[in-house]
Amino acid sequence: MSGKPRLTYLNGRGRMEPVRWLLAAAGVEFEEIFLETREQYEKLIKDGVLLFQQVPMVEIDGMKMVQTRAILSYIAAKYNLYGKDLKERAWIDMYVEGTTDLMGMIMYLPFQPADTKEKNLALIIERATTRYFPVYEKALKDHGHDYLVGNKLSWADIHLLEAILMTEECKPDILSAFPLLQAFKGRICNVPTIKKFLQPGSQRKPPTDEKFVAVVRKIFNI
Amino acid sequence: MSGKPRLTYLNGRGRMEPVRWLLAAAGVEFEEIFLETREQYEKLIKDGVLLFQQVPLVEIDGMKMVQTRAILSYIAGKYNLYGKDLKERALIDMYVEGITDLMQMILMFPFSPPEAKEKNIDSIKERATNRYFPVFEKVLKQHGQDFLVGNKFSWADVQLIEAILAVEEKIPAVLSGFPQLQAFKKRMSNMPTIKKFLQPGSPRKPPPDEFYVETVLKIFKK
Repeated sequence: MSGKPRLTYLNGRGRMEPVRWLLAAAGVEFEEIFLETREQYEKLIKDGVLLFQQVPMVEIDGMKMVQTRAILSYIAAKYNLYGKDLKERAWIDMYVEGTTDLMGMIMYLPFQPADTKEKNLALIIERATTRYFPVYEKALKDHGHDYLVGNKLSWADIHLLEAILMTEECKPDILSAFPLLQAFKGRICNVPTIKKFLQPGSQRKPPTDEKFVAVVRKIFNI
Repeated sequence: MSGKPRLTYLNGRGRMEPVRWLLAAAGVEFEEIFLETREQYEKLIKDGVLLFQQVPLVEIDGMKMVQTRAILSYIAGKYNLYGKDLKERALIDMYVEGITDLMQMILMFPFSPPEAKEKNIDSIKERATNRYFPVFEKVLKQHGQDFLVGNKFSWADVQLIEAILAVEEKIPAVLSGFPQLQAFKKRMSNMPTIKKFLQPGSPRKPPPDEFYVETVLKIFKK
């Protein structure tokens, strides 16, 4: 056992990607096991290692953690990315829940029927530009700091950057009305650990393609 | 200003009910504002008090908190219902997330079309009895303690008793294969703050009826 966290998921973004982002941003090396067949997944269930029969699963500090939010909260707290007190944590949680809702819409997009894709994409863009991004733009404007909460890099910043890049993949000029978010993006991309994660060869996974959709459908029977 | 937390939501369970449960279990009195018209909701948005234009909203300790999980985490942290350390918090988070997934099925149920309702009840029953309840039955059996985590009352216990009662409303005999959960249910129901919450006249809301569904559709124009 190497002592490094070990991630079990499919070889793609899905629900594990925020975990990869957070560990990478925290400078934590991790190992990955990729599910490729339904049999592999069924064996994990049979072996009783998935608390609710689901992945993501992250083995960390002697625990077999499941449920993405629980995993992310643990990592954030362990690596001091969760604010300095209860109130900062509350703000980080609120911000992260917002970006989670936005990224959730994007995550489901490739799984929706072809004739709804255009409508759903339009909704994502509308939500991003009228509901979510204005909140973070305003937060940065109001306090004038480099980071969302407590003048210090936190989980909220890492999650927001991930959401920005993911939304840009849907519409490259999505930040055109958000100058502070553009500056934020530049700053956070240059944080050394994040810069490294954004380079080819890192454990960051590529955008979801049809091949990944097929693997998901096969393994989870959906 | 009374200093008590103030909840803004519809006059029904929905996404706010777990917050009512947790505050009540912690012995914290709270006030409620009920949205009854679309105009009321639109005014809240116009006044800029809803961070992501959504309810639940909980005004607590000078913050206008939104996003149910963020609200619940804050309350749990503030009232010592979140374990004694990071690892206990991780367990509580995992358990709560699992239960939340089950509760989501119940939350959505009133909005499903009549022809799908029977199938949805079967799904809820299947998930409760095959995926979720067995986990908590096993946890209680293995450590033999009264509470799920750390031998101490926590958010996880509150969430579980809420879920048990909600599922029983749909499937009365659902706990028949789970003796530990039956004893747990009795123990939790008898804790003074919870006992009080379960009595008529408390802020606990009744199961959703047609009027509630209509109100939701009217206010949120789903």
